[in-house]
Amino acid sequence: MNAVVGRGKCAKAAVGASKMVQAAEHKGCRTSSNSGQASCGSRAGQADLPTEIWEKVKSHPCYSEEAHHHYARMHVAVAPACNIQCNYCNRKYDCANESRPGVVSEKLTPEQAVKKALAVAATIPQMTVLGIAGPGDPLANPEKTFKTFELVAKAAPDIKLCLSTNGLSLPDYVDVIAKSKVDHVTITINMIDPEIGAKIYPWIFFNHRRYTGLDAARVLADRQLLGLEMLSERGILCKVNSVMIPHINDGHLVEVNKAVKSRGAFLHNIMPLISAPEYGTVFGLNGQRGPTAQELKALQDACEGEMNMMRHCRQCRADAVGLLGEDRSAEFTTDRVMKMDVKYDLEMRKAYQDRVEDERAAKAAASKEELGELAGAASEISLLVAVATKGSGLINEHFGHAREFQVYELSTSGTKFVGHRRVDVYCQGGDGEKDRLSTIIRGINDCHAVFVAKIGGSPKSNLIKAGIEPVDQYAHELFEKSVISWFRSYLDRVKSGEIQHVKRGDASIRQKAVISAA
Amino acid sequence: MPFKIIASQCTSCSACEPLCPNVAISEKAGSFVIEPAKCTECIGYFDEPQCVAACPVDNTCVVDTSLARYQAPA
Repeated sequence: MNAVVGRGKCAKAAVGASKMVQAAEHKGCRTSSNSGQASCGSRAGQADLPTEIWEKVKSHPCYSEEAHHHYARMHVAVAPACNIQCNYCNRKYDCANESRPGVVSEKLTPEQAVKKALAVAATIPQMTVLGIAGPGDPLANPEKTFKTFELVAKAAPDIKLCLSTNGLSLPDYVDVIAKSKVDHVTITINMIDPEIGAKIYPWIFFNHRRYTGLDAARVLADRQLLGLEMLSERGILCKVNSVMIPHINDGHLVEVNKAVKSRGAFLHNIMPLISAPEYGTVFGLNGQRGPTAQELKALQDACEGEMNMMRHCRQCRADAVGLLGEDRSAEFTTDRVMKMDVKYDLEMRKAYQDRVEDERAAKAAASKEELGELAGAASEISLLVAVATKGSGLINEHFGHAREFQVYELSTSGTKFVGHRRVDVYCQGGDGEKDRLSTIIRGINDCHAVFVAKIGGSPKSNLIKAGIEPVDQYAHELFEKSVISWFRSYLDRVKSGEIQHVKRGDASIRQKAVISAA
Repeated sequence: MPFKIIASQCTSCSACEPLCPNVAISEKAGSFVIEPAKCTECIGYFDEPQCVAACPVDNTCVVDTSLARYQAPA
């Protein structure tokens, strides 16, 4: 801390962070205290949230797990500069077909970003959120970032604005953020202990100099937590992203969870490290592995009692466009956008979004009904299932076409969304179906069943051999309702002795970037 | 001792540009360049040359030894 004392007002603000901790200790998500469950978290619905919070999150795909099946987001890459270096990031690498944070194919000026936003809004009426997430840090590019927000708010007032930052400059811009009508801010916080931070961040650039080691991590952690407190005080919804890095911060993230919860964070998103040597990151090159599916789930479960967890993050590009599971950025390159004759039609967008709301209401009612029938059953069994979907809450994807599977945990208390598993990684190469199948099986190996619209004979028998039941009789039906119905029959089959319930093993999470929509 | 930016390593992230107290940095053909006549190495402004401290790629903002003053007299 001594290293920064006296270096202007920013440094003093950093020192002040620890004093504010106590004041903020009892704030936080006001809806979660009474039930003991994650009541306002990523899964929360209208009934669980205060009206003003529900209005903010109901159509934000990142802040509401339910909304992400229906609403799309776009990131505009207007912020290329960064002020810190992370060991999981290498800004030099870019590929148009690749999806991971920090990557873009072309950077935009604020004027180009607005044109693009209007083009996307006209083409994808369910696009409700525009975020600035880099590829650097939005607050290391304040002029471009806030100019973009100003222009978008003027041109398309119904689009929600959000930004994602590393938090280093956040305390300096909280008031500007509040004035810019930014509803949601995501801060990436990977540690609160500088000893751990020093293993993740080689340096930061702050107050006109470069800090390294413990000094860097200390300043960063103080600034992040101070920024979070300041946003909470102003009623801006905050999500905290944390990258889970086995043997570095995995155990520590429970502490981070408590710290951010006490400072009013709305949602905590623990993401697996993406680490492959070819991206040239420090972690990739030194063999640092990412977590397995069950390691990630265990940590998310451990934090859930403390706070609301986001489990549907796709770790998308800084210029992603579309629903969270898809990326349509290739349709909206600057060349194409500049040639488009864009007509922003607020009425059309509103009519479309009203239809989406009707669809959501119908889906929620159907799941509730099926859940009611499950209530009579009593069983200790809890298991995971995978669902292939293209969206709208339906089992509507062919097994062989699925780029990812949604994973749900089933028990007699209902369904719980656990996460998604990407299965379309590069490494399949040209070796065809057999490799692809084994990639999928590795990705959903902890599941008892996989729900698909259709599946071929060969993958079907291979899945059964691997101990995963392929289920295609609920094709094109609502998946929450379907998995509960299947689970009821599963429990019946176990009860009658027809099948035996056995525990599944672990599954792997992609270590490589995923390819974009074909 | 003016600095220069090695174009092949520059990611064109623009981090250096607004930090330069001499407004010596601008973007040219997909890379950022330092106008040598304007560069003061930040002496008198900051403890460290700002472009060097902020650049995400090590050894990309370096002292330009190709200038005449670094060449041995003929």
